[in-house]
Amino acid sequence: MGTDVEQWKDELYGTDIRDEIERFAEEGWESIPDDEQDAWFERFKWYGLYHQRAGQESYFMMRIGPPSGVLEPGQFRRIVEIADEFSRGPAENPEFGNGWIDVTTRQAIQLHWIRLEDVPEIFEQLEDVGLSTVQACGDSWRNIVGCPVAGKDKHEHVDAETLANELHDTFKKNEAHSNLPRKWKVSVTGCDEGCGQGDINDLAFEPAEKEIDGETVTGYNIRVGGGLSRNEPRLARDIDVFATPDQAVDVAGGISALFRDHGDREDRYNARIKFLVDEWGPEKLRETLQVEYVDFELHTAGDDLRESYSYNAGEADGKHDHVGVHEQVDGDYYVGLNVLVGRIGVDDAYDLADAAEEYGSGEVRLTQRQNIIFTDVPESNLEELRSEPVLEEYSPDPHPFQRGSIACTGTEFCSLSIVETKNRQVRFARWLKENVELPAGVENFHIHLSGCTASCAQPQIADVSLRGMKTRKDGEPVEALDIGLGGGLGEDPQFASWVAERVPADEVPGAIANLLENFAEGRDSEHQSFREFVAERDDEELADLIEPEETEYDDPYMHNTKRTWYPYAEDDDMDASPAPARADGTPITSDD
Amino acid sequence: MPIALRTLDDGAWISVNDSRQVSVSDVWTLSRGVFCDCEPAYVLLEGFFDADVDGRVVVTGAVGQCLECGTRDTIERLPVGRMVDGAFCPYDPECVQWGVEPDGERS
Repeated sequence: MGTDVEQWKDELYGTDIRDEIERFAEEGWESIPDDEQDAWFERFKWYGLYHQRAGQESYFMMRIGPPSGVLEPGQFRRIVEIADEFSRGPAENPEFGNGWIDVTTRQAIQLHWIRLEDVPEIFEQLEDVGLSTVQACGDSWRNIVGCPVAGKDKHEHVDAETLANELHDTFKKNEAHSNLPRKWKVSVTGCDEGCGQGDINDLAFEPAEKEIDGETVTGYNIRVGGGLSRNEPRLARDIDVFATPDQAVDVAGGISALFRDHGDREDRYNARIKFLVDEWGPEKLRETLQVEYVDFELHTAGDDLRESYSYNAGEADGKHDHVGVHEQVDGDYYVGLNVLVGRIGVDDAYDLADAAEEYGSGEVRLTQRQNIIFTDVPESNLEELRSEPVLEEYSPDPHPFQRGSIACTGTEFCSLSIVETKNRQVRFARWLKENVELPAGVENFHIHLSGCTASCAQPQIADVSLRGMKTRKDGEPVEALDIGLGGGLGEDPQFASWVAERVPADEVPGAIANLLENFAEGRDSEHQSFREFVAERDDEELADLIEPEETEYDDPYMHNTKRTWYPYAEDDDMDASPAPARADGTPITSDD
Repeated sequence: MPIALRTLDDGAWISVNDSRQVSVSDVWTLSRGVFCDCEPAYVLLEGFFDADVDGRVVVTGAVGQCLECGTRDTIERLPVGRMVDGAFCPYDPECVQWGVEPDGERS
């Protein structure tokens, strides 16, 4: 017998959900039958709507996924306008106010506090500028990630933007691929810096060259079965296939169909394709793909460019992110701006939209490090752009602690998270910037904070990996973090090793300060990177270099933030929750 | 009266009659031997699976970690609440819990 989710999907899934959303929106939140809520909330995910956690009933997170994070002129502004009008909660966040957009690690944008009754109008406004929430969540093709500067980038080897768009156009609202056993994350990399992060995706297209019939053809090597979640991280496995740009969509469709037919629908914990690759091995997967799912002879893998990968690599030469001012192939520039933990308040977001239009083409592109990029800025506009007040905070030249910070949603809204994340990471970065000097020559230092093992902040591929936990301090349970070291992508990607566990959250900044001091004292030379320094030591030695301690850093989120209706509300008790609420915000009481 | 019982969102919740009732990320106090040798064991529950009803008691499998000794393991049939007149009454995670044997008797 399949799971409840499989049964619900069998009954109704895919594009048929749209009419039901419209119906419920018209009739109001209360029209969803009590005994059908689990089923409908599961289905709504397919249209990018995720019911917020307990204490926030009737409010939704909405995810908008542009392929490769490319927002065309006008699209970013439209999202900001929607956030301004519809994404306002019943309480303020002390760091970000009320009304913002979140840039995610999969180059999407998330809005919170969305009311079901407003969804049809939001859909209309998004569609009016060519945007969509389709398959942003749920068991299907998620937002296709890839090089955010594809088409502009001097490092481009093969045209990743075209393939990402072809995959998007082919597999969104495609009935044959609408209902997969689990989420399906695809990456397209076209550059020699590896910024598509294919290693941590279910299906990865990696730039490669292959000699075919005496000619050198550029295209893609294929890897399958990467992912970070549930304490079971996997790097995508090489299945020894090269696809020409003309074959790539068919190969993607074949592997997606293979997953659809052979993935585990009996056990959602075992459903991701990484577990099928574990079970079968890459050879059987390739053979099955060849025999059952494509009607042409697959090429063996070509020569890849992995030795030059620098994105999120920790030690390689080359760019570790897209922040800064970089010349495009056409002589204009792209300007990567740092967005601390990916969150932009609506007032700042309007200023950013203005700046993108005034100084560039109006395009705003989203990166997997939760940052944004303005493209097509003529050299003559650079100085004026840099002097815009909004770029003081969203800087092309940020402090490394701010530049390197990534955080997931956390207990503010997420059901899975164990700890508060975004505000905490902002406070960490601020404290570290003010109190800790980076060792000589260290210009990139990545700290990723994920609230749980789902790993949405990609903690295992950072210099310092932080993962939500609990511990007991002075007899009381408090929010804590596991600390991992040694992770990074690049030619030889590897996941962090969790060397210190259950460190009380208020002792983590002190631990990072001490770790960096020990690194500065113990490194071979000023040329040794932090990742190299970590690689030379075993876990025990590394654990000794982390000396957690209380400092002047103050952490206001040590209590059980998940047990609040909203961690920052003046009265945060669950019983004080204004949810569920009607469209006008008035609470619906149990007597109603 | 049949009860709709399931885990949701990758095991983040136990839903009882389409209402999210028990959440991961709480620290549960368990007696020695149920999870590890600590007495009591303070166990952070990180994910639920196989929610079930045993008589009137709602039990679940869970993945967790002891905050004292660091043991990471699964626990089966942990009682998390009970049904009273068709309504779910959650147990307090801070109260000491015992495991439930398959025959419904508490050990």
